[in-house]
Amino acid sequence: MLNLALTVGFALVGVAFALSFARLLMGPDATDRVLALDTLYINAIALLVLLGIELASPLYFEAALLIALMGFVGTVALAKYLLRGDIIE
Amino acid sequence: MSPLAEVMLSVLVVAGGVFTLIGSLGLWRMRDFYTRLHGPTKATTLGVGCLLVASSAFFSITGDGLSLHEVLVSLFLFITAPISAHLMTKAALHRRLESLAELPAVPAESPQTR
Repeated sequence: MLNLALTVGFALVGVAFALSFARLLMGPDATDRVLALDTLYINAIALLVLLGIELASPLYFEAALLIALMGFVGTVALAKYLLRGDIIE
Repeated sequence: MSPLAEVMLSVLVVAGGVFTLIGSLGLWRMRDFYTRLHGPTKATTLGVGCLLVASSAFFSITGDGLSLHEVLVSLFLFITAPISAHLMTKAALHRRLESLAELPAVPAESPQTR
């Protein structure tokens, strides 16, 4: 039961990955691409959490936490760059 | 693992996957940036939230004791999602991206012009 649910979960998150990546390639403006990158790191966290349950290993949680931290910093830096033309003034 | 716990975990995992997909579908389908910004917030809060609750329950059931460090990730995401959305909207306004919404009509006799 749980294995089937995990397979379905992996498939759904994989499709979500593909759609976000399509927006990253299509995105008419740079802000759309930043938003797509933001969504991609959220999807990566979801995928890592699923992998942690599948392999029954708490190790993947640390990677998810690191991706959450670094993804936020990256989004803020990119948005700040688009807003001001500079990151640290 | 008891059958009830397994059913509960399966429902949480599938719900998390569905919400993550809905978020990316919104990002892909919506027609301007300001509506597109609305989609991925579902993936952040509900999608990853459900998955983290499932992970926390799974490791609490199979592991030694209560596993609560998943709450850290969801707390961090809940705090940072509005901040990054705010900054991206500011950047979009600065770049003068056009919106689908029409501007409100200028009233014929506005009090300021008198």
